[in-house]
Amino acid sequence: MRYRQAIALLALVGLFVALYLWLHALGFGGAIKCGASGGCETVQTSPWAVFLGLPVAFYGVVGYLAILIVALMALRPAALTKKSWSVTLLGLATLGVLFTGYLTYLELFVIHAICRWCVGSAVIIAAIWVVAVWGLRRNDGTTE
Amino acid sequence: MNRFYVVVGVVAVVLAVAVFALLKSGGGASAAAAGPPPTVVDDGFRGYTLGSETAPVEITEYLDYECPVCATFTTIQMPTIKEQLINTGRVRWRFRDYPLPIHKYSRFAAHAVQCAGAQGKFFQMQDQLFYHHQWAQTGKDPASLFRDLARAAGVDLNAYDSCMEKGQFAARIEFSRQEGDQKLVDGTPTFFANGTKLTFRRLPGSDDFKAVVDSMIAHASRRPGRQASATH
Repeated sequence: MRYRQAIALLALVGLFVALYLWLHALGFGGAIKCGASGGCETVQTSPWAVFLGLPVAFYGVVGYLAILIVALMALRPAALTKKSWSVTLLGLATLGVLFTGYLTYLELFVIHAICRWCVGSAVIIAAIWVVAVWGLRRNDGTTE
Repeated sequence: MNRFYVVVGVVAVVLAVAVFALLKSGGGASAAAAGPPPTVVDDGFRGYTLGSETAPVEITEYLDYECPVCATFTTIQMPTIKEQLINTGRVRWRFRDYPLPIHKYSRFAAHAVQCAGAQGKFFQMQDQLFYHHQWAQTGKDPASLFRDLARAAGVDLNAYDSCMEKGQFAARIEFSRQEGDQKLVDGTPTFFANGTKLTFRRLPGSDDFKAVVDSMIAHASRRPGRQASATH
């Protein structure tokens, strides 16, 4: 149960990070808060900040929201004993890690700029993935 | 279990307040020239150009003055491009405005450059904004700084102030932005060679443009009577 709680809290934090970047991409607020390096501006204004016609951050919002909802549903008493919820969480986290890996590759080797918010999101989704793997290996959902 | 949901609720509220504060602290626009006009009219203007009218290749650049990549491109790559391609008569470079909505002052900056352009100082003002690009990192209202930069560019400030106050070129800038939308510009800088969008695997440098231009001119020379077309 604690693994799923941890995933829910991490997804909540990731959701707000992605939400901030998405709202900024839509024109809300002024200059992005990113320190003096300007890496976030470089990344956010590059052609790779848009994926399939939508700001990349939008996919982060959708992804984290999906993980949060699934994690909360997995915490219902009736779902606590079912391993399938843990498998679903790991599947979503894996998708997130793969997409984040692709975006991090673009930052490092194509755009040549690092956005601190993107790094924060990458750390969060990696942590979610680790917790999801850990929970599954510890039979989260079958021993509770 | 109940305590967990209380924690989730508290964390959500704290994060929501934090995001709101971050967005709120972004700064405020200062002039009519900073926003889009109520109506957009085509004044026939299609951008300032650099280079020979008879150059076989025309590169059109859609740029945003607050975009750090555009500043880097202009300050690092453009001097070589001018030397190798523009000054040699092979390329004509056309500058089009594409102020991104995520930038609070990019439209204002584009307007400042257009007002300088009305006095024949377009390129001087453009260089001032790109070579002193720290203004784009601070989030502060750049109106006062832009006047200083306009003065340094040799612009008459009385006419500049009047131009900025009226938002004289707001419609022109919005027309250019809408033109970019129609051409599927999705970031800045975006480049077109003789009308064909250029796609690069990384941010392009002067060598990339030299390769594009060489290819287009060679292609055109093999097909006499035809205009050079983009193949990159």
